[in-house]
Amino acid sequence: MGNGTSLGKVRGLGSSHEGAHHWLVQRFTAIGNVVLTIWLVASILMLPDMSYGTWSAYLSGAVPATAMVLLIICVFWHAHHGLQVLIEDYVHTAGNKFATLALLNLAAIGGAAAGIFFVVRIVMTAQGDAAAEGALAELQNSMGAR
Amino acid sequence: MLVSILHRVSGDGMAVAGLAVLLWWLGALASGPEAYATFQGWMWADLSALTWSGAEIFYSIIKIILKIVVIGLSWAFFNHLCSGLRHFVLDLGAGYELGANKMWSIASPIIAILLTAGFWAAILYL
Repeated sequence: MGNGTSLGKVRGLGSSHEGAHHWLVQRFTAIGNVVLTIWLVASILMLPDMSYGTWSAYLSGAVPATAMVLLIICVFWHAHHGLQVLIEDYVHTAGNKFATLALLNLAAIGGAAAGIFFVVRIVMTAQGDAAAEGALAELQNSMGAR
Repeated sequence: MLVSILHRVSGDGMAVAGLAVLLWWLGALASGPEAYATFQGWMWADLSALTWSGAEIFYSIIKIILKIVVIGLSWAFFNHLCSGLRHFVLDLGAGYELGANKMWSIASPIIAILLTAGFWAAILYL
């Protein structure tokens, strides 16, 4: 093992035994992102407006809610891998690198969890509103019948 | 070279700013009409209704910056999409001929700008 060129420093050390998986996941999530983000952009273009009513009603549907959850998982995973490469390229001090990568993991997983929770809450709010309206109509019917 | 730099800038820009806006948007939708109005008031402020006196000047400047951020994120999306699709082709081992490689490295950022312009034209005029 030499200590001159960059290649000389690593020659003879053998495979790092990692990296291919990271590379592949970046591609797999990229394919998912193509499908899911084009769905989101198409939805933005095709829905009448960006209002609260339009989007809370739309995202409470089974298919859009599922698509949004998948988008959150796929995009955050892809973004995590992209930012990890950025950190590995520019942060070289071992301690700083460990700290930024730890922070990245917390932000990516925490952000994705929050996003999924928001979608669940959008769906449940819509269902709660529908149930309240149903109960109100039932009450009004029973009062009218009396 | 430029396509590679733009791919990283647009990707990491979206990873930081884009996901923050996505979470704020979904969080506002989950929190109700008032929270959503706050989100829209900042991220998509009516620029003709800005006020320029006292502390309001500070808020108005932030609202203009946020509008640039939103438009910038739309460009980042289409740019990253185009150069990402180019990466898929290169990963297959295709498109390394000098002529083809140069052509798509010039075409992908131009197509991205056209898609961004088309996206906003569709939103504003359709």
